[in-house]
Amino acid sequence: MHSDTPRAPWGLKLAAGAGLVFMIAPLLLIFVYAFTTEERTYQWPPPGLTLNWFAVTWGRADVWEALTLSVQVATVSTIIALILGTLCAAAVSGSRFFGREVISLLVILPIALPGIITGLALRSAFGMTDIPFSFWTIVVGHATFCVVTVYNNAVARFRRTSGSLIEASMDLGADQFQTFRHVILPNIGTALLAGGMLAFALSFDEVIVTTFTAGQQQTLPIWMLEELVRPRQRPVTNVVALIVVLVTTIPILLAFYLTRDGDQIAGSGK
Amino acid sequence: MSTTDDAFTEQRHGALTALSDLFWRRPKLLVLLLLAPPLLWLGVIYVGALLALLLQSFYAIDEFTGLVDYDVLTLKTYRELFNPANLDIIIRTVLMATTVTLASAIIAFPIAYMAARYARGKWKAMFYLAVMLPLWSSYLVKIYAWKLILAKEGILNWLFAQLHLTGLLEAYLGLPVVGGGSLSISYTGTFLVFVYVWMPFMILPTQAALERVPVNLTDASSDLGATPWQTFRHVTFPLALPGIIAGSIFTFSLTLGDYIIPQIIGSSRLFIGQAVYAHQGTAGNIPLAAAFSVVPIVIMGLYLWMAQRKGAFDAL
Amino acid sequence: MTTAVSLKAITRRFGDVLALDAIDLDIVEGEFFAMLGPSGSGKTTCLRVIAGFEQPSSGELAIFGERAETVPPYKRNVNTVFQDYALFPHLNVIDNVAYSLMLRKVERSERYRQAEAALEMVKLSGYGARRPGQLSGGQRQRVALARALVNRPKVLLLDEPLGALDLKLREQMQEELKSLQKRLGITFIFVTHDQGEAMSMADRIAVFNLGRIMQVGTPEEIYLTPASRFVADFVGSSNVLPPDFVGTLTGKPGWASLRPEAVTVTAGAGANLIGMVVSRSYLGATTRLTVDIAGQRIHAVMPSGPAMPEEGEQVAVSFDPSALHRLADTP
Repeated sequence: MHSDTPRAPWGLKLAAGAGLVFMIAPLLLIFVYAFTTEERTYQWPPPGLTLNWFAVTWGRADVWEALTLSVQVATVSTIIALILGTLCAAAVSGSRFFGREVISLLVILPIALPGIITGLALRSAFGMTDIPFSFWTIVVGHATFCVVTVYNNAVARFRRTSGSLIEASMDLGADQFQTFRHVILPNIGTALLAGGMLAFALSFDEVIVTTFTAGQQQTLPIWMLEELVRPRQRPVTNVVALIVVLVTTIPILLAFYLTRDGDQIAGSGK
Repeated sequence: MSTTDDAFTEQRHGALTALSDLFWRRPKLLVLLLLAPPLLWLGVIYVGALLALLLQSFYAIDEFTGLVDYDVLTLKTYRELFNPANLDIIIRTVLMATTVTLASAIIAFPIAYMAARYARGKWKAMFYLAVMLPLWSSYLVKIYAWKLILAKEGILNWLFAQLHLTGLLEAYLGLPVVGGGSLSISYTGTFLVFVYVWMPFMILPTQAALERVPVNLTDASSDLGATPWQTFRHVTFPLALPGIIAGSIFTFSLTLGDYIIPQIIGSSRLFIGQAVYAHQGTAGNIPLAAAFSVVPIVIMGLYLWMAQRKGAFDAL
Repeated sequence: MTTAVSLKAITRRFGDVLALDAIDLDIVEGEFFAMLGPSGSGKTTCLRVIAGFEQPSSGELAIFGERAETVPPYKRNVNTVFQDYALFPHLNVIDNVAYSLMLRKVERSERYRQAEAALEMVKLSGYGARRPGQLSGGQRQRVALARALVNRPKVLLLDEPLGALDLKLREQMQEELKSLQKRLGITFIFVTHDQGEAMSMADRIAVFNLGRIMQVGTPEEIYLTPASRFVADFVGSSNVLPPDFVGTLTGKPGWASLRPEAVTVTAGAGANLIGMVVSRSYLGATTRLTVDIAGQRIHAVMPSGPAMPEEGEQVAVSFDPSALHRLADTP
């Protein structure tokens, strides 16, 4: 089946190749700039290479504080998203009822609408109800748009998990809670893990909604944004950018690895 | 094997079992209980916040005090949207969203086609990761990378200099509208970053649509004597169109609402997102900010409605 | 004789659709019982009501004399072999079979001993460490069977158990299921749309159509004396003859069925029923002929011989009048 795949015309290869370079090259550039000796400009090619900026960044309290807040927000948001997304997916998959589409729409809406609308909506709601900005106002925003990644992964896995497995488990003497523990959880576990990692990456990186719900607090993306608008120490920004790339890339690669079987099944089925 | 007891039903007690029995007898109760937390969260917190925002847009700033007058519901703020200055912002944003969408569709198609039709096994995974990594890597880092690329002393100017084409670049920057002092403060720069940042959202649905086009359909077309170009125009492209339209919904909507990219790379002229941010922040005009944020929702509503009328969703 | 499963006026509605329409049925302990019918006839819903996956909208269900309609499936001493086998993909074969023992907190080594014995019963000893994904369709079916039988349920339910197997394997499994059922003495209730399978395996058959039971009886009763046009047509592939045609034959109009093997077709025009052969198919030991008699088609199955009539040939059709079985007026 693989051997009869026709060869692509060279024009298509060229266009696709150029497109991929356009997609990947800018990210690779970040890796080079983290080591440049140039301090004041974005000079290319770098006049020299050094590891010095990693040490400087390591010593920066503001970076550590922003990173800590981001990790805490992402962790709590991911946990909430895991609970809400799994509940929603289980309800939608377990039965056919009026309004299923409405629920899917409701889950997707926070990520489909421009972030600025979600952010402004939450800020004006906090304002109207006199809720002060805090760690939890950030989490509320993040969890809201993170539900969709867990939901999508879980729904897809529920769809592949035959409904008769649950019936078989009950038939063999497991009540609903035992069935959840012994059959449902082991079957959707990796999908939840993948969804959770994507939610973490999404939250860790979010800036638009956060600018509206953070008040004076600084998450790492807000720290980055400040540096982008008013650059103070470019080499530190370069290093932080590299770290952010790594921190978001690893969960994505893991999520890809965890769900790849399903993708291959889906791919070979066509 | 276990010995059979004569009783047909098994006696089992305990709170969990009793609860499980209840859920078995009333399956709708279980669904309701499962749905309650997410529905409360999304329905009350999120939709409630959206409605609060919508409500804000029907108030107006009192001209004398400069404070929001919460006593009168009015359309005054919406009238303000049609000031020449504000209308200018809306038109600029819509034009940018349109060109970004068209460019993304053109660049995305060969990548999606290659990934859907020719890439197999390892290559397929490579293509997938090459799209997924930029999609999921940090939005700000992506913008930052382009700030590095487009900087005066950056890699792009260096490349043009190496190729002795600096004159060409300067001539381009001298053009009206698309040009400017340098790439990083021109519309061209803003456009490039928008295309880069939203591109994966175009590639993925286009690829998915192309993968649903049966290979034997294109084979049949060439059997009937169609040239590759005719096959593409009359068979492949129309079948991929729903995917492209789905992708365009993302690229269009995301460009409409963004306020960070034009703030960092581009001229100082505002886009809708920047206007929203400015009005709710320093200007303190929340009603106008709310009214501005309704604009992308209305435009997207119209866009989706037109796409649906064209039958774009039927094939999805 | 103890009644194993008893349904009284069991009705199940799905919205406006009446999937089961006041079903009355008694299944005796130790019998091999088949529920036969086309898809959508309600046979699977009926099985699911007995298993506890569906709750009846009204009516009474009793299993070994105990009322069961409010008992959840995990408290019923009834087990099911699913059409798609429903083996747990995250467990290996032995843990699949031992699943119900694990839930009953049977001690580990005892659990595996019993599961291994169940596997041996279905001739799959030594397959315990494999994953369901590594087994063939026939092997998966045996695992599903072992898993359902490991607890010695009072009733075993089988939903289209052989549907996914190829012909040869299906015939072999029919034999094995029958001997297994005899050996264990457990009541087997199985659902099928294949009348041949129902005939060859079951002690008694219930024929379903449109949410109702059309007839209950032994295979012979159902085949020889169908109660209605539907049963005659669905079970025996019988000739269902309309009232006026039967009237011209016997003088007494009314629906009747006529089994194809009771019909004799001879070349020439000797008898009083004359028609033309419209199709002929050779089935090996027998040949199936379709004859058109003034617009009425009659099927005949005869022992294959050297002088079978050709397609398009004029033939005489005859049968013993006692082979004509009168049907009730209902469809």
